[in-house]
Amino acid sequence: MTAQPATADEGTGGRQGWSRDPWLRAASFALFVAAWWAAAAVFDSRLLPGPMAVGSSLLNHVIDGDLLYHTGITLARVVAAFTLAMLVGTAIGVAMGRSRRVDSLFDGWLVIALNVPALVTIILCYIWFGLNEAAALAAVAINKIPTVVVTVREGARAIDRDLMQVAQAFRLSPERRFRQVYLPQLYPYLMASARSGLALIWKIVLVVELLGRSNGVGFQLHVYFQFFDIESILAYTFAFVGVILLIEVWMLRPLERRLTRWRP
Amino acid sequence: MSGLAVHIETKTYPPHSGKAAQTALAGLDFEVPDGQFVSLVGPSGCGKTTLLNLICGLDLEFDGTIQVGGATGEGRIGSMFQAPRLMPWLTVLDNVRLVAKSPEEADRARELLVHMGLADVLDAYPGTLSGGMQRRVALARAFAVSPRLLLLDEPFVSLDQPVAERLRALLLDLWQAQPTTVLFVTHDVREALSLADRILFLSAAPGRVVHDMTVPLPRPRHIDDPAIDAERRRMLADRPGLLAGLGEVIEESPPPNRLSAGS
Repeated sequence: MTAQPATADEGTGGRQGWSRDPWLRAASFALFVAAWWAAAAVFDSRLLPGPMAVGSSLLNHVIDGDLLYHTGITLARVVAAFTLAMLVGTAIGVAMGRSRRVDSLFDGWLVIALNVPALVTIILCYIWFGLNEAAALAAVAINKIPTVVVTVREGARAIDRDLMQVAQAFRLSPERRFRQVYLPQLYPYLMASARSGLALIWKIVLVVELLGRSNGVGFQLHVYFQFFDIESILAYTFAFVGVILLIEVWMLRPLERRLTRWRP
Repeated sequence: MSGLAVHIETKTYPPHSGKAAQTALAGLDFEVPDGQFVSLVGPSGCGKTTLLNLICGLDLEFDGTIQVGGATGEGRIGSMFQAPRLMPWLTVLDNVRLVAKSPEEADRARELLVHMGLADVLDAYPGTLSGGMQRRVALARAFAVSPRLLLLDEPFVSLDQPVAERLRALLLDLWQAQPTTVLFVTHDVREALSLADRILFLSAAPGRVVHDMTVPLPRPRHIDDPAIDAERRRMLADRPGLLAGLGEVIEESPPPNRLSAGS
């Protein structure tokens, strides 16, 4: 039960946060842009372009079409790796949370998996499986799976046996037992790992693209790094941060609200 | 025709984390005719909940046989537990529909809930309901499966007396409208006398039936009827050992040795 309360608090805190003090939030954002603009004006350097320069660069890249293409490619990779990691991680987490024996058997592996650097996994996947899409996605998923396992295992350990007994006493079909009695108890844990997972996965996807793909935001950042084109690097960064924020606000938050609306 | 036939030679819990093996039930035999309301009374720890778990199939590890609904054995069982055990993420209606096996049963769930005075809270989540209302939903869920056998494990404990009494009346009302065999576990003799056709008294662990009595009182009964208290006093006087461990005493004239033991 250690993982849930912390992440659940984080979740509700964030949810209330968006509607709370909107003026303060707008002021905070304005302050950030102003500070950036002032710093750019003071240093007056090609290495720190101001907000206007980055904004127009962003616009140009959008109009050219290359930014949308590469952002779309990266987004597709994020979605694929995310789905893979959640499915595999949930299956392993449930197995380990249900059975003490399975848990003891694989707990050591899990500790190792949690501590292997993302970069090592990526390099090894590319070397062993080749510089291809499957290796790229596998590398990202493998980095995320252990943290999903840890969170979901916590959830599977906290399953209410009394409610499972109700399902058994009333002879519910396995499908109904799973979907309406078991899974809802895992939702808070799945939501927690989905949110932290999204943030982690898109960052790793960029590294994977930088090291071994010829498209995507990570690949583009690499190109602009070689040209020392800081404007484009920041434009791509903000574009993708924006995409992830939209997923969070338009998909994950409404989903979480729907799944937790029964809470009094 | 038999609604329930229980013949348990032994039910033993294997040794667990340092504790020795425990025999929960031994030589427990009884049969219940179809449609009879039987109350099971016994001291705490005598294996009442164990017995219910065996009957409804939550626990299959025992020596003996249990038959529900005659030789065919294909009777559905409705259960109600000490706590309401509703799914907090399902609405009241969906909680009852959850156990439905067919679309017809799902339709009946709504009728049943409306009949039980829950029309206003069909779409409410259990967390917003009072304890008494949650019990009522749990009772509806138990009846929603059109049970051949109804298992109730101290379903009305920790409720205010008036609320518990309304629920008892509702239970009898439903049982009369939809006759079924009932096994009602309680440690409250008065409750057993006010509800049941017949009372089985269990011994301390390992549990077995030590007394089998038919309740001689006409229906309708009320738990505060003087006749119920009179019947209880008569039983205690006849068989003082019967309710050992139940904390049952005749308040006005406690035996002297009990006074000295208590001080």
